[in-house]
Amino acid sequence: MKIRLNGQERILPNQRQTVGELLTFLGVRPERVAVEVNGEIVSPEHFNSFMVYDGDRVEIVSFVGGG
Amino acid sequence: MTFPLRESRCFLDHPMNRNSDTISSEIHLHVHDRQSPAITERLRTACVGIAGCGGLGTVVAEVLARAGIGKLIIVDHDVIEPSNLNRQRYTISQIGMPKVKALAENLTAACPCTNIVPVREFITAENCARIFQPCSIVAECFDSAERKAALVAGLRSALPSCIVVATSGLAGIGPGELIRTVRVSDRFYVVGDMQSDMEQSEGLFASRVGIAASMQAHVIIRIIAGVQQ
Repeated sequence: MKIRLNGQERILPNQRQTVGELLTFLGVRPERVAVEVNGEIVSPEHFNSFMVYDGDRVEIVSFVGGG
Repeated sequence: MTFPLRESRCFLDHPMNRNSDTISSEIHLHVHDRQSPAITERLRTACVGIAGCGGLGTVVAEVLARAGIGKLIIVDHDVIEPSNLNRQRYTISQIGMPKVKALAENLTAACPCTNIVPVREFITAENCARIFQPCSIVAECFDSAERKAALVAGLRSALPSCIVVATSGLAGIGPGELIRTVRVSDRFYVVGDMQSDMEQSEGLFASRVGIAASMQAHVIIRIIAGVQQ
């Protein structure tokens, strides 16, 4: 499938996958990210059930420490 | 016009100044002589939340209070330690005090027209909606990456109309110019270079943390002024 990830087109091997699978595929730590799909926040407790489909707009913000 | 004065620490307490509401309004008018009255009026009716009163939060709060924000809900569970003073706007004599108490004192001394609401609580994804419910905008000013992520998810889920201005990447001594503001979606902004982690850099410096904090405060002022797209 083809999604728009952080504003860039990205081809993924599966036709659909959960947010959790997407994060694993991208190699990012789920406890350090905020994820929005089509402008809606996905809470961490839904990472392993919320499905991402072809054409979705996905924003993944990775946080690093410091403040 | 009324400007709720919290415990006053300035000359407003003097017996000669009995009508403190009127005086407060007059001070307000002069303090903001150098900024647009239309924007000042918008700021005066705004309520902003400050999640964490450290290197980011103390600066964001001070900048917004000086600009004339009507109400600030400042939240932190912690007390001031010596290692905070390289970047957090506290004084030696405030070491050991709860951060929210010290910050409320400092803000009230400089900007008595802003209603400061100190909340000494550990913010979580579960309690953030109750704490920040009155706010139209919340500045995420935490240190820990995990807490930043949890707060953003908690606020965006529970308070969908609230705008969140978070930060990521402000540690180290990399160029200040790399720090930028990203609009992730309608109600979610992130300020930082998106990379510089405190665990893999030269540490935290007032200069670079301050750039990020000022940019956070600036995007908040732009949103309230109605010019931020």
